[in-house]
Amino acid sequence: MIGLGWASPPAHRLGTAALAAVPLAALVLFFLYPVGGMLARGFWPEGSFAPGEVLEVLGRPRVHRVLWFTLWSAVSATFVAVLVGLPVAFALHRLLFPGRDLVRALVVVPFVLPTVVVGVAFRQLIAPSGPLGSLGLDGTAIAIVAALVFFNISVVVRTVGAFWETIDPRREEAAAALGASPWQVLRTVTLPALLPGIVSAASVVFLFCATSFGVVLTMGGLRYANVETEIYLLTTQELDLSGAAALSVLQVLVIVALLALSARVRRSTAPVDRSTRRVPRPRRAHLPVLLWTATVVVFLMAPLASLVIASLRRGERWGLQNYRALGTTGERNALLVPATDGLLNSLGIALVASLLSLTLGSIVAFLVSRPAGGRTTGLLDGLFMLPLGVSAVTVGFGFLITLDRPPLDLRSSALLIPIAQAMVALPLVVRTVGPVLRSIDDRQRQAASSLGAGPMRVLLTVDLPVAWRALLAALGFAFAVSLGEFGATSFLARDDNPTLPVVIYRLIGQPGAENFGMAMAASVVLATTTAAVMFAVQRLRVGSMGAF
Amino acid sequence: MTGLGVSDLTVRFGSTVAVDHVDLDVPAGSVVAVLGPSGCGKSTLLRAVAGLEVPASGSIRYDGRDLAGTPTHKRGFALMFQDGQLFEHLDVAANVGYPLRLRHQSKAVRHRRVEGLLALVGLEGYADRSPGTLSGGERQRVALARALAVDPRLLLLDEPLSALDRGLRERLAGDLHDILRAAGATAMLVTHDQEEAFAVADRMAVMREGRIVQGGTLDEVWRGPADGWTAQFLGYATVLGGAAARRLRELAAPTETWEAVALRRSALRVDPAGLLTARVEEARVTPDQIRVQLDVDGAGSLPGVADPGTDVRVGAHVRVSIDTSRIAPVPDDG
Repeated sequence: MIGLGWASPPAHRLGTAALAAVPLAALVLFFLYPVGGMLARGFWPEGSFAPGEVLEVLGRPRVHRVLWFTLWSAVSATFVAVLVGLPVAFALHRLLFPGRDLVRALVVVPFVLPTVVVGVAFRQLIAPSGPLGSLGLDGTAIAIVAALVFFNISVVVRTVGAFWETIDPRREEAAAALGASPWQVLRTVTLPALLPGIVSAASVVFLFCATSFGVVLTMGGLRYANVETEIYLLTTQELDLSGAAALSVLQVLVIVALLALSARVRRSTAPVDRSTRRVPRPRRAHLPVLLWTATVVVFLMAPLASLVIASLRRGERWGLQNYRALGTTGERNALLVPATDGLLNSLGIALVASLLSLTLGSIVAFLVSRPAGGRTTGLLDGLFMLPLGVSAVTVGFGFLITLDRPPLDLRSSALLIPIAQAMVALPLVVRTVGPVLRSIDDRQRQAASSLGAGPMRVLLTVDLPVAWRALLAALGFAFAVSLGEFGATSFLARDDNPTLPVVIYRLIGQPGAENFGMAMAASVVLATTTAAVMFAVQRLRVGSMGAF
Repeated sequence: MTGLGVSDLTVRFGSTVAVDHVDLDVPAGSVVAVLGPSGCGKSTLLRAVAGLEVPASGSIRYDGRDLAGTPTHKRGFALMFQDGQLFEHLDVAANVGYPLRLRHQSKAVRHRRVEGLLALVGLEGYADRSPGTLSGGERQRVALARALAVDPRLLLLDEPLSALDRGLRERLAGDLHDILRAAGATAMLVTHDQEEAFAVADRMAVMREGRIVQGGTLDEVWRGPADGWTAQFLGYATVLGGAAARRLRELAAPTETWEAVALRRSALRVDPAGLLTARVEEARVTPDQIRVQLDVDGAGSLPGVADPGTDVRVGAHVRVSIDTSRIAPVPDDG
């Protein structure tokens, strides 16, 4: 074995295994174990194995309606988001115009907005009393699909846009010179080359839509439920754990299949080559695309604008009274603690959660970015993508029923919520940092190590200088996601110690103009905080962030 | 005039002028090389001709018709890039047949034409291969076949051989020359490699900092470089001026009047019958000859060659002859 010795000496392999053990242990303890525990409750309802009850659940007419609505809303939202997002991806990643970076940042904001805020903002916009009330969309399925599209356009723009940047424009120019009209170039060259990116984006968007919780919960009312809100309803209202478990299992199966498919498509694509090609300024022919982009930005900003307006008024009176009320517990003590406590709580939890997920996620990203890892790294990568698709509700409820007794009694631990949120943010960290580490030519590491650098030294001198921006961006991204996390947190947060999204959900569930005004003000504060974090992160210019 | 006519063309990127008042003709049936170092604006010139850059001023005409309002895909040209830019999702035959399909040619016609083109570029039997499985040279051949598929009025070649290694480049340059003549193509080639230009083209224009500094047939350019910089860029080893040039002129070409001269390495040869005397400063053996550095009396340190087996130890005094076909007078620019 002369000459190959350096690649994986036994000590090196042992070190890798030890390193992998940390995030793996976390994943097993804080994800697989709670989710497994939740599923076990369903399959062993009285302590004995009874899969029949689970199968029976799938035969219920109501469950059929829920499944159909989940599928229909996710498919239509995915379709629309891709269609709407493609021209925007082109404008923001293949053209250079003043204000482009600002628009890029604006487009990302909805994705990290707390789902509860989006639900509230949309309802504010289309409620009979709202600016678009005359359209009669309030409480309709179309409104839900619009909100899902609102959320996921940024995923399409970022994912397809990042892909678009790697396609050499000269290939399209060659086609044009051979006589292809712009439309023919798009159809015969650009779209086939973009296909992996589109499939990848579409599968992730489908995933998010099919498992969306906050939006459907706040907008669907009693009429519309998807699998996720149904699981919530079955566990919290009807205490029907078999039913919840059945739906969870179904969800996990579909999601694993989807993740496998998207991983397959991703594998077939070439590694990202950072082209430094000059991006052209728009010409007159690009006017429709730019107009389209402007329209989309308006669509993305409108719910937020109506939210801000609503937060500044109570009844007929305009002013900051809603913001001042955030220091109180609301009308008729709707809350146990002032809303500002919720904000402080959220910030503290988000800080811990983002540091946790950055630590675990960068280890995973480091491991999966090693070349020649083959099947093992592929498996590792897929394993850590699971939290992306498994119902956050299942995770939250699983935490509640499995981490409540020795050896792991975390019920009263301050770390319970940060850990749950860290698991939710983990895939996003891996997806942000991984591609950047992968883009480093391994021969640079080999060169460094042949010059006498040990593994740690290589990491510090080769990987870190390239990856620090991505690490920082991932930290901010995880922070923003954790700030808005609602699905798992809604189970775990206690009323005397809530996070801001929980506060908002509680406030809109209570009667009273003051409570409603406070919910609006709290939503604006939460949205502004997340947006500020995202703007800061955007300045780091990490292409892989928010792309899948 | 038939063929391409570029006159007074200027292309700007913001405040930088990439192409600066360029005039260039590519007569129908000829192959013109635009030769220049990287960053001189030659690729921008090519892209402007293709319609991929918008000129700030000047005109581009083909057969006398102004192309200003004609988009790239309606110019009837074809463009071939340094790295081929094959469509990875199509096989070789579909790549070559791509422009034919755009023109709605029948399948049978397409098939026949693709066969013929693949034979022309020496790739018979490659029709079903995927671009990913081809070597660099094969990819360039496929790109060339694709560009030739619809008999373009003008073939635009952007450093077509530069990405290939040396041996392959030389062989393919010869093939490219023959294929272009066999196809009767009109072509404009941009390159930084003078050997590529000489091997493929029959006319050439030398470009520097956005301007064409010299144009003409290969022979004209080669025999009379516009200035010292051009001479060195064309591959002349040294440019001499002043007293040293005069001394050489008196000895080698007393009837001429030039004040400065460019010399190829092989212009000076160690030769017992030579007119000059020199001292050997350095000698290095190569497979074909011995490369020497000579301190020529009255002209200073100059490169030269010696036949294998000649006694050229460092410090030896030798006689040196001048081959006047390997020197070129240049205007004395001080």
